[in-house]
Amino acid sequence: MNNKVSKRKGAIFSDLDRLAFDHQDPSDYMKKFSKGVNRELIEMISSDKNEPIWMQGLRLKAFEYFKKIPLPTWGPDLSDLDFDEICFFAKAADQKGGFANWKVVPDYIKKTFERLGIPEAERRILAGVGVQYESESIYHSLEQEWKDLGVIFADFDVAVQEHPDLVRRYFMKCVPANDHKFAALHGAVWSGGTFLYIPKGVKLKKPLQAYFRMNAQNMGQFEHTLIVVEEGAEGHYIEGCSAPKYGSNALHAGCVEIFVKKGAKFRYSSVENWSKDTYNLNTKRAIVDEDAIMEWVGGNMGSGVTMLYPCSILKGDRSCADHLGIAFANEGQIQDTGAKIFHLGQNTSSKVTMKSISKGGGKSIYRGRIHIAKTAKKAMSQVECDALILDENSISETLPSIDIQCDDSTTNHEARVGRLNEEDIFYLTTRGIPQEQAEAMIVNGFINPIVRELPLEYAIEMNRLIEMEMEDAIG
Amino acid sequence: MNHVLSIKNLHVEVEGKPVLKGVELTITPGETHAIMGPNGSGKSTLANAIMGHPKYTITKGDIRYNGKSILNLTPDKRALLGFFLSFQYPQSIQGVSVEEFLLAAYRNQQKYLHPDKPPVLVFRFKRMLKELMEMLQIDEKMAERDLNYRFSGGEKKKTEILQMAVLKPTMAILDETDSGLDVDALKTVCKGVALIKKQLDGKMGILLITHYQHILKYIKPDHVHVLKEGRIAKSGGASLAHQLEKKGYEWIR
Repeated sequence: MNNKVSKRKGAIFSDLDRLAFDHQDPSDYMKKFSKGVNRELIEMISSDKNEPIWMQGLRLKAFEYFKKIPLPTWGPDLSDLDFDEICFFAKAADQKGGFANWKVVPDYIKKTFERLGIPEAERRILAGVGVQYESESIYHSLEQEWKDLGVIFADFDVAVQEHPDLVRRYFMKCVPANDHKFAALHGAVWSGGTFLYIPKGVKLKKPLQAYFRMNAQNMGQFEHTLIVVEEGAEGHYIEGCSAPKYGSNALHAGCVEIFVKKGAKFRYSSVENWSKDTYNLNTKRAIVDEDAIMEWVGGNMGSGVTMLYPCSILKGDRSCADHLGIAFANEGQIQDTGAKIFHLGQNTSSKVTMKSISKGGGKSIYRGRIHIAKTAKKAMSQVECDALILDENSISETLPSIDIQCDDSTTNHEARVGRLNEEDIFYLTTRGIPQEQAEAMIVNGFINPIVRELPLEYAIEMNRLIEMEMEDAIG
Repeated sequence: MNHVLSIKNLHVEVEGKPVLKGVELTITPGETHAIMGPNGSGKSTLANAIMGHPKYTITKGDIRYNGKSILNLTPDKRALLGFFLSFQYPQSIQGVSVEEFLLAAYRNQQKYLHPDKPPVLVFRFKRMLKELMEMLQIDEKMAERDLNYRFSGGEKKKTEILQMAVLKPTMAILDETDSGLDVDALKTVCKGVALIKKQLDGKMGILLITHYQHILKYIKPDHVHVLKEGRIAKSGGASLAHQLEKKGYEWIR
């Protein structure tokens, strides 16, 4: 594992070392929670959160599915994942729900975020901030003007209490608990997360943000993100994830559900950098109605094993999905990522642009599924995959699956695999740029078309992360 | 004596094939030397070998900067010493802007020259770059474009000279800078080189590699050398270039 304090060599952005991301705060409060998942634990979580009975019912039903559904038979090997060794629930904050403002957030938690370099200024730029520390949200705020328009941006536990009808109407209706094993597990033990509701016609001008982090050994994280974008509304939500590193397997099985109603437009961005011993088995899905637009922008840097295929269900006529993604697989990592699009409505269109980098024996896989239903007349789908392999030991694979049931549709899939060009590197080094930095620049340039879609702070963080990953000489 | 470049009995192989077979060349600060020669005589090999391209193997001889061998220095270290190569065909790097690239290059150089000083602030650098772009008659918007990506031939060469203006080398190698340029673009580029040379006040040596003598109208060489079959076959003053134009390369043995 890369755990050195690395000196950066005159790069554009200021110093930031890997330790900042893999730093672990003392977590005494973890001791009272046991490992493994069972009915008692689920009831305990539910009663601890003082949940309505219907939510507890959903949890228990999901747990039944979890017990029945086997691990996926495709994709990366998950046999080392030991559910009995994972702590499924922890509280970092004593208060229920969340803190009223940043001032009362405990110092040790603030310190962690400081090390992660989330600056005060950024909180000002990004108007609403929801930060999750382990399983409970510790900070949420939303500009008053948006509140006045009826926008709800809340910790998910709080939303269950305060907006039960809304939550009940949508919760796990996009990703049903019996979808797959980890959706079932998520449904049983979910904790924390974000609820965002944008009322009809409301257009949010600034992105809303949340930051998730796992901070205790063998800690699972099962945050639930539920977003409802009503007719003609617009918004952008961004999640960042970073976790400290541990010596044993941690699991992240979050769930993102997005409902984009008629004529609405929504963008979901995320930067995920879980520690390298984490299984990141995340489910993200959107249902897109008539004339609505859904955009996914994602960067996956960390984790040992990632399985993540954001999905758009283009239900309404003329609905549209745009998927942009980057995956970086370094030593010991498998990035099994991609996109799933279901074209159901007429004149629906989708575009997938994925870029992957493999280094130090890492493995990047693009796994995609394009489904064009009989009803999806004149559907259009375009998939572009670009892979960059940095050395002989690293692997890149493209596994597209295209299922067309409607003749009157257009699909296009392009895949390219490349290596760093020696002449490019020579060119940059003749200007006094050391080889490592030159390589990092070229790699950053490769993913830049996607990174520049992220808000500036995230783009900078992505670039820093890439530079850190590149610091081990390629050879 | 102080030489920005001295090349001694240089033998270079490319993929096992000998290309340079004993080149001798000495350049003192402020001098401009032109290397002329037919295609395949080894002109670009000489440029790449001086900069330390990994594909060019030096089998014999030495390349020195101020009397010290640079053979075991990587290209970036040679650049920090003061070497600069304006490429005949510059690579295009997608996703990396001209400005971002030059800031990184400039900061590396300044860190080497002045290790105790903090890195240049972005806005100061941008101001400096803007001034240099004005001087070289380069459109300001070029700074934000991806390096050489979808640049015309002229834009690429201008960008090379802009890089030279930022880094202010003491030993500049201009490899076929005239190729692919129309007369106006050539004039602009050469004017830029002259301005940089003037700014450096006699400190910069120039090695101008060219097939045609046309560029020599705009950048006046102090010495002209003819490279033929991997050796300097003839050396002389500026007048040698005129003779070459009239008679071609065949008469030189």
